[in-house]
Amino acid sequence: MAKTAPGPGAPRPARPPSRRKPTGRALSRALPVSPAVVLLLLFLAGPIGYCAYIAFTDLQLTGQAESSFVGFDNFRKAFGDEAFLNAVWLTLVFTVVSSLIGQNTIGLALASLMQRASKPIRTITGAIVITAWVLPEVVAAFLLYAFFRREGTLNAVLDFLHLPPQNWMYTLPILAVSFANVWRGTAFSMLVYSAALNEIPKEITEAAEVDGAGGWRRMWHITLPMIRRSIGTNLMLNTLQTLSVFGLIWVMTRGGPGNRSQTLPLFMYEQAFQKSMIGYGTAVALLLLVVGSLFSLVYMRLLRTEV
Amino acid sequence: MPANTASTASTAKSPTRSPRSRRTARRLAADGGLLVVAAAFVLPLAWVILSSLDTKADLKVKVPDGLTLDNYDAVLTPEITFTPLLNSLLLCGGGTLLTVVCAALAAYPLSRFRSRLNRPFMLTILFATSLPITAIMVPVYALFVQVDLIDTMQGTIFFFAASQLPFAIWLMKNFMDGVPKELEEAAWTDGASSFQSLLRIVLPLMGPGVAVVTVFSFVMMWGNFFVPFMLLLTPEQMPASVSINDFFGNKGTVIYGQLAAFSIIYSTPVILLYVLISRRLGGGFALGGAVKG
Repeated sequence: MAKTAPGPGAPRPARPPSRRKPTGRALSRALPVSPAVVLLLLFLAGPIGYCAYIAFTDLQLTGQAESSFVGFDNFRKAFGDEAFLNAVWLTLVFTVVSSLIGQNTIGLALASLMQRASKPIRTITGAIVITAWVLPEVVAAFLLYAFFRREGTLNAVLDFLHLPPQNWMYTLPILAVSFANVWRGTAFSMLVYSAALNEIPKEITEAAEVDGAGGWRRMWHITLPMIRRSIGTNLMLNTLQTLSVFGLIWVMTRGGPGNRSQTLPLFMYEQAFQKSMIGYGTAVALLLLVVGSLFSLVYMRLLRTEV
Repeated sequence: MPANTASTASTAKSPTRSPRSRRTARRLAADGGLLVVAAAFVLPLAWVILSSLDTKADLKVKVPDGLTLDNYDAVLTPEITFTPLLNSLLLCGGGTLLTVVCAALAAYPLSRFRSRLNRPFMLTILFATSLPITAIMVPVYALFVQVDLIDTMQGTIFFFAASQLPFAIWLMKNFMDGVPKELEEAAWTDGASSFQSLLRIVLPLMGPGVAVVTVFSFVMMWGNFFVPFMLLLTPEQMPASVSINDFFGNKGTVIYGQLAAFSIIYSTPVILLYVLISRRLGGGFALGGAVKG
């Protein structure tokens, strides 16, 4: 599936043959790239290739050495498996709520508020949001576990506001983990959008203001069109990052209760290890990889002028 | 011109409002908005700080009755803190070293010499930077069992390095492109090899760039949970990202104060590294190469 890095440079002359000994030179120039290429081939391309192979076998964890080729059985099984479809649906909810809506919109809102806010408040908010982003994944997961638990901070706040408390991790586990991902990931969008907004020439927004365009109209007709490339790349990267979240959900809910917060990475893990079906788990991994690759290709198209 | 009328109308309504006071009002509104978001974001952080100083910590944010360092005292043992942190340091230090060395070597010809392979190589690298690595952990596990690399530090280090390499090469090449070639040409005339000019001229000149790649790789590995969770089995080899789980689950009742204290000890290095590097390079350092939207 995923294309692997080209070999350590087939020593082809890159220039017209008028130069002296082009083959030898190309080889010596390609040499420094080889450690990286070897590592990438062995530990990244290799597993991806192996993934594409065992997804079509019935490999199990339980020790027996032989596994047999089963063709598309794993994939057929997946699309008839309610637990798999549930995981697909939850992954979709998780991605849309936390990445497309949450991180992206809140990140843009923060960045544009920061353009006008006073310096100390801008600095403090930025520091808090970025700290949430820099924290190790598992620590972030613990903090939000404490926040959303029945006896946690969120309910204390709701109680203080005379609103009814909820057992969030039980009633809406997928929303709890989605909010956790928003908390953790918004800083990235905020930084991307802050950089993008700073690049918009002041004269343009000022001219619009003189013409009487209000805040929302300026945002919609001027700012957003001008930063649309940043929006594209940011959405792509957020989505890819969110697709592969494992530790955050694992620590907060283990995918539960039942399987009500079991996204695809957790489903893959459960099938492969708790149910010992490596072949089936890998088929799910391959599907995830294919979806990720498609997003990755779109992202490359957005950046295509850069290389 | 409806827009113009609207603006005159609003000025007419409040003739005393100068553009300056309007700007102040807008600033206050923005400040208010930011403070609301900051308050929502700060609550979980406040919990971990306050709980770490509270002997009777639970899951709620509350001001401790009396400040105490007992929680830190309790977790600062070889078994709970020092061994896992040392393991983290070995894994992430080893992985980062391998990543940075390989990335610097690979970036040099890509940045300095033209070849028709450069573009496909960089496109492949860009493609690989955004692959969901989580997805391949199951096949990596199966592969590591077969080649006997499972439960070894070196196997985990190799995988860490490989998974971080695409982004590291990408960043490194972009930073290297910023170093003018003229400086090297002088050295070449004096008979320096490419390797010497990379080591003596290019890398020192792109010091901040190398620092960014190093810190970024280290921070990514330090916080990574899934990779060591899958590839290491022996408890003695576990890094902090996995061992932190022991506070939970296994031991029945969770002592939240100690969990909080450990979380802070474990998070401090990456936060300090981030502060160090972002001061030097301005905000959003990690995005330099990847997101030039």
